[in-house]
Amino acid sequence: MGHIRVSGLGKAYKQYPNRWSRLFEWMIPFSRPRHHLHWVLQGVDFEIEPGQAVGIVGVNGAGKSTLLKMITGTTQPTCGEIHLRGRVAALLELGMGFHPDFTGRQNAVMAGQLLGMQVEEIEALMAEIEAFAEIGEAIDHPVRTYSSGMQMRLAFSVATARRPDILIVDEALSVGDAYFQHKSFERIRSFRRAGTTLLIVSHDRSAIQSICDTAILLEQGRVAMHGKPEEVMDYYNAMLAEREGQTVRQEMLANGQVRTISGTGEAGILSVHLRDERERSIEMAEVGQPVVLEVQVEVRQDIERLVLGFMIKDRLGQPMYGINTHRLDQALTDLSAGEKITFRFAFTMGLGKGNYSVALSLSRLDSHLDRNFEWRDYGLVFHVINNRQEDFVGCSWLQARTSIVRSPSQSTQSMPQRAAP
Amino acid sequence: MLLNLYRSLRSYRGFILGSVQREFQARYRNSLFGALWTVLNPLSMIVVYTVIFSQVMRARLPGVEDGLAYSVYLCAGLLTWGLFSELTLRSQSMFLENANLLKKISFPRICLPVIVLLNAGINFAIILGLFLGFLLITGRLPGLALLALIPLLLLQVLFCTGLGMILGVLNVFFRDVAQFFGIFLQFWFWLTPIVYPISILPESIQRLLALNPLTALMHSYQNLFLYDQWPQWSSLTPMLVISLLFCGMGLRLFRQRVGEMVDEL
Repeated sequence: MGHIRVSGLGKAYKQYPNRWSRLFEWMIPFSRPRHHLHWVLQGVDFEIEPGQAVGIVGVNGAGKSTLLKMITGTTQPTCGEIHLRGRVAALLELGMGFHPDFTGRQNAVMAGQLLGMQVEEIEALMAEIEAFAEIGEAIDHPVRTYSSGMQMRLAFSVATARRPDILIVDEALSVGDAYFQHKSFERIRSFRRAGTTLLIVSHDRSAIQSICDTAILLEQGRVAMHGKPEEVMDYYNAMLAEREGQTVRQEMLANGQVRTISGTGEAGILSVHLRDERERSIEMAEVGQPVVLEVQVEVRQDIERLVLGFMIKDRLGQPMYGINTHRLDQALTDLSAGEKITFRFAFTMGLGKGNYSVALSLSRLDSHLDRNFEWRDYGLVFHVINNRQEDFVGCSWLQARTSIVRSPSQSTQSMPQRAAP
Repeated sequence: MLLNLYRSLRSYRGFILGSVQREFQARYRNSLFGALWTVLNPLSMIVVYTVIFSQVMRARLPGVEDGLAYSVYLCAGLLTWGLFSELTLRSQSMFLENANLLKKISFPRICLPVIVLLNAGINFAIILGLFLGFLLITGRLPGLALLALIPLLLLQVLFCTGLGMILGVLNVFFRDVAQFFGIFLQFWFWLTPIVYPISILPESIQRLLALNPLTALMHSYQNLFLYDQWPQWSSLTPMLVISLLFCGMGLRLFRQRVGEMVDEL
């Protein structure tokens, strides 16, 4: 049970040049096709063994949703075959088909029926659904009074009331509050432990890497890579970083920031790397891992003074840490054209798990406002994961050392205990 | 093929019955008079036609001197026409109305026409029940010939289902279908002897109206309720043939286009 085999799968949408051409194509017997096919997915082959978890990644429009829709059966493939063994549940569009005027309970029954369950079955599961959704008395109020989060909770609870053989999860799952997100993820994990085959679409690297056995990268409707999650995600991120770099560059030009760009060319950044202890270039670091940020700079014209600065920002663009060689008293002076300089900043990765980017600047003084040789956003994008340290929250790893003193009650005569990590 | 359809319908019976029940509830949930409106609508139509045609225009049915007879005649045609138009109009829009469901959730699509059929059936059953009650009170209840109502209604449902399926699928691809059929239905109504008896028309036009498959059907209903006569089965053969043809075409169209339909919604 829970076996998926996809072979030669393709999906094309018919595009007609105008509204009449479809009619002509239908009405005139043996007429030539008047549409052309717009392929969104082509030649997709893969096989998923029972109990495996597979992540699907790719940029928007790569065909992820189309693939999932075909596997769940809402959309029919244009060519190729899908073989499924086992009961499929899909968490694609949660809360679809909820009727606002009916109560949560009635809608839960309705949603269950839509999944092919009988009323008795749903009623037997209702207590569990209610308990999992945790929306309390609201279950008997009309759904129109629900917040979107409550609808989500209810929909998720119904959709996962029975353990399916195959579970298909779209990013949709990332709605709802953090508490419920965690809870729903835990339920998915428990299904997986019980042998459910899992197919997940997500942009969340940690989700894919922590739960999936393999990952599939879709690019422009084709399988670009199918392999271990880390490898696929590295490849994907490199692809993304490349794209991001390009867009940023375009934006900078479009912004007409003549002032800041005017100085460029005197010195420029050749490469940026994050390296681990063994000098390997990495895109993912562990919390607490010693790393080196390596920046290669080329001097193109003689300059009297050069300051390199870097700033690490989180995914929201908030600065985590920034420093430059001026503040480090390491500013270089009297540089001549053609010189190449390698800067290495060694530090311990003290950031919490998440995505970070590095912005870089080459300037004359402390601030890049004076003379800006080059400013580069997204010079590097990296991830921090936490498999080695204690499971803390937040973006700073403060290495708290713990000591706990217990004062015994009067009756017991033991010494205070001390504990240290 | 038909066996497969049956199987998927069977396994989704919970969804079908649930949808029918909910649609019925949803229609009357926020109204004070609820199901009364289902009755008041055709009733008002009957009153209007009875007053205008039988009183103002002094229309009398040939051979019947009773004023109430015209109302019975009218009801026989109008109520069954109501079933006809509800079935076809609802079928025509069923895929569009459920576009979200079709796009997002995988379920046997054949459930939708069945839900439409059952809903229309319930509404008609209410009205028919009241009509029969009215006939009973006025002492006009037909005898055994009433049994003929069952095959007649089945034939009509077959006709509507086939036609509705064709319209429903076509309407997804060509939205003009709904507009066109709305107008077509107007003409169809007046070109069917429902409000007037066919005998008041000139001979040549009578022959033209006989081409309308609903003419024979309506005639059977009217004879049944008014004169307690069994239908002339042979007159209904053309309609049966057309119905089967429609059903075949509808089913074929549905199966061919059901995949493409989701892409188009």
